[in-house]
Amino acid sequence: MTMMSGAQMLVHTLEDLGVEYLFGYPGGAVLDIYDALLDSKKIKHILARHEQGAAHMADGYARTTGKVGCCLVTSGPGATNTVTAIATAYMDSIPMVVVTGQVISPLIGSDAFQEVDTVGITRPIVKHSFLCQKASDIPKYLAQAFYLASTGRPGPVVVDVPKDCVRPSDKFEYPGVSEVKMKSYNPTKQGHKGQIKRACKLLTQASRPVLLVGGGVILGNAADKFNDFAKRVNMPVASTLMGLGVMSGEDPQFLGMVGMHGTYEANEALDKCDLLFAIGLRFDDRVTNDVAKFCPAAKIVHIDVDPASISKTVVADVPIVGQAANVLDQIKEALDELDFENNHQDLSEWYAQIQKNKALNCLSYKDNANCIMPQEVISCLYKHTKGDAIIATDVGQHQMFTALYYKFIKPRTFLTSGGLGTMGYGFPAAIGAKVAAMDKDVCLITGDGSFQMNIQELSTCLEFGIPVKVFIINNHTLGMVRQWQKLFYNGRISSTNLNSNPDFVALAKAYGHEGMRVTQKDKLDEAITQALSMKDKLVIVDIVCDIDAKVLPMQQPKGCMADMFLNEV
Amino acid sequence: MRHIVSILLENETGALSRVVGLFSQRGYNIETITAAPTEDNTISRITISTNGDALVIERIIKQLNKLVNVIKVSCLSDDENGAVQREILYVKLLASTHDAREEIKFLCDIFNADIVDVTPEIFVVQFVECTEEIDRFLKALKEQVNIIETVRSGVCAVARGDHYLHS
Ligand SMILES: Cc1ncc(C[n+]2csc(CCOP(=O)(O)OP(=O)(O)O)c2C)c(N)n1
Repeated sequence: MTMMSGAQMLVHTLEDLGVEYLFGYPGGAVLDIYDALLDSKKIKHILARHEQGAAHMADGYARTTGKVGCCLVTSGPGATNTVTAIATAYMDSIPMVVVTGQVISPLIGSDAFQEVDTVGITRPIVKHSFLCQKASDIPKYLAQAFYLASTGRPGPVVVDVPKDCVRPSDKFEYPGVSEVKMKSYNPTKQGHKGQIKRACKLLTQASRPVLLVGGGVILGNAADKFNDFAKRVNMPVASTLMGLGVMSGEDPQFLGMVGMHGTYEANEALDKCDLLFAIGLRFDDRVTNDVAKFCPAAKIVHIDVDPASISKTVVADVPIVGQAANVLDQIKEALDELDFENNHQDLSEWYAQIQKNKALNCLSYKDNANCIMPQEVISCLYKHTKGDAIIATDVGQHQMFTALYYKFIKPRTFLTSGGLGTMGYGFPAAIGAKVAAMDKDVCLITGDGSFQMNIQELSTCLEFGIPVKVFIINNHTLGMVRQWQKLFYNGRISSTNLNSNPDFVALAKAYGHEGMRVTQKDKLDEAITQALSMKDKLVIVDIVCDIDAKVLPMQQPKGCMADMFLNEV
Repeated sequence: MRHIVSILLENETGALSRVVGLFSQRGYNIETITAAPTEDNTISRITISTNGDALVIERIIKQLNKLVNVIKVSCLSDDENGAVQREILYVKLLASTHDAREEIKFLCDIFNADIVDVTPEIFVVQFVECTEEIDRFLKALKEQVNIIETVRSGVCAVARGDHYLHS
């Protein structure tokens, strides 16, 4: 065995765990790790310009590849700067490992320079965390961290490494990475047979069924299996925000997104259905509206890998705990046994009703002849990318417009902060995605507010040649908040105007990138074409849009699923 | 309604704070908590008494099970048939007068509590009983003598018969 320092063991362990890209930012507590990193031939380090950016990049990398994203930061402020990104990953169940430096063990607890209780601060927003006590903990804890992050319900794991554990002068035998076994951690893989039978029986009996798909199906790499299942039972499919891309947005069976800004046909179908067959989601409050009025006529089948998600808000009639892919296999067998093809209800009346609701065209909107509408930007981008691009968004109106008007075709092509709703997420996430998929177009759709929350990463993109395309829906306002002020605060506009934005085109150039501005409707098409054609360039397209565009339809607060404000056309 | 949640926990740094943190983070209430190593000193036994309806208790148990350091969780039914349970009470009492000393001795005899420390001014009484009985004893003391301080251990409980938590 070779003798190594703790820092070298750390780097070797990451290599052995398959890390290709490490997103990070150096500092005193991690100097030794950065020194060891110089000798790694396998790991490429991407130097972010802010630790929040580094951690979101790891998140974007993870969402794109399905692999564990990894980032490295120093103690104290380095660690606290990752907190928002850790919470973002936690809420969306993203596999991520955050390695944080820590002051030397004897100083822990003494309020030493750049000391914070990283494990304590992050405790409620991690799946698990480790504080290394000695160098030999590093390979063991890192292997466990990757295992925990990526199995069961995925999530972020923090590994806190005191500086004395990575001292170059202390050498150890590197044990390598062995298979992880943890006696107190055994996520459920298969669903309960009896429950699956009951669930499938309900599928044969339902005359107004809806399949509801969530991000768990993407995280569990089960989109193909879900589509096979959906096609076989030929039932309408609705999706949560996080489930977009599982079923193609172009599929005639697809109803669109549910929830606060869902489509009318999806929400109305949930309100009227007699069976809600939900897989890989947690019935977030933005999905259910008033839980007491949620799906009043439906039996609810709820499949999720996390038992704590089941009956947390919406009480399930048939709870099934298991991994989406396995459970879908089991469902297939159960449907065979029930001879589903010859044993199900006629859905033509249900589909006719759905068709009627679809025909209302809830996504048509009142155009402004003089000003670009955000909706048309998204549609235009969809037209040009054919759903083949990876789209990241920030948070706000532009995010909901993207969810509604971009027809996601494939899983892992839509990166958005669903659970935490983190402005500033999109740009670094897009960078992580582009690093993972250099051959793909990666587009950020952002707002003039959100983009400024992690704008510093423009410099990272120049240094490492990461040509993401940035489309700013520039409405000179914090649009989503303005929308609420208009709707629910008598139009009293409080601190949502953004009249002192930088010149984003000049800014792009200042950072060494390309920039262009579009203000006229008839120039939009050309600008998007041009931006996408500059393959090796980061391009900012500053698109000046209507300040008063509203995200509609929108559920009425405290109502049932179908209580919605609709577009007036 | 009161429930007793019994947990086997890996005895690692920060493990207890994850358990306690979970309760505060999710708005569950901790009435009492006890923690100590088991016969295997890498594993601790935590006993928490809490309030909530069946649904809340189910959620607490699911959430606890998600903690990586938690090995096993069970909810002991809070009655004499389900679990043997005791609390320790130490109560320090003003015993400077003859009457007070007589009253303390009298109540201790009735409740079967022990006077374990005696100084000219102060008695310390030890009482090992279930929560309700300790409450009754304290109430009786309060009416008759001056309580200087009380220390209670919180509930310690084990299921009756062949129900057990094993790592
Ligand atoms: C970090 C953070 N701070 C505040 C908010 C609250 N918030 C939600 S949407 C929004 C406005 C976003 O504005 P912009 O990025 O310009 O997008 P738009 O709504 O105009 O499309 C704000 C402030 C948030 N989600 N995240």
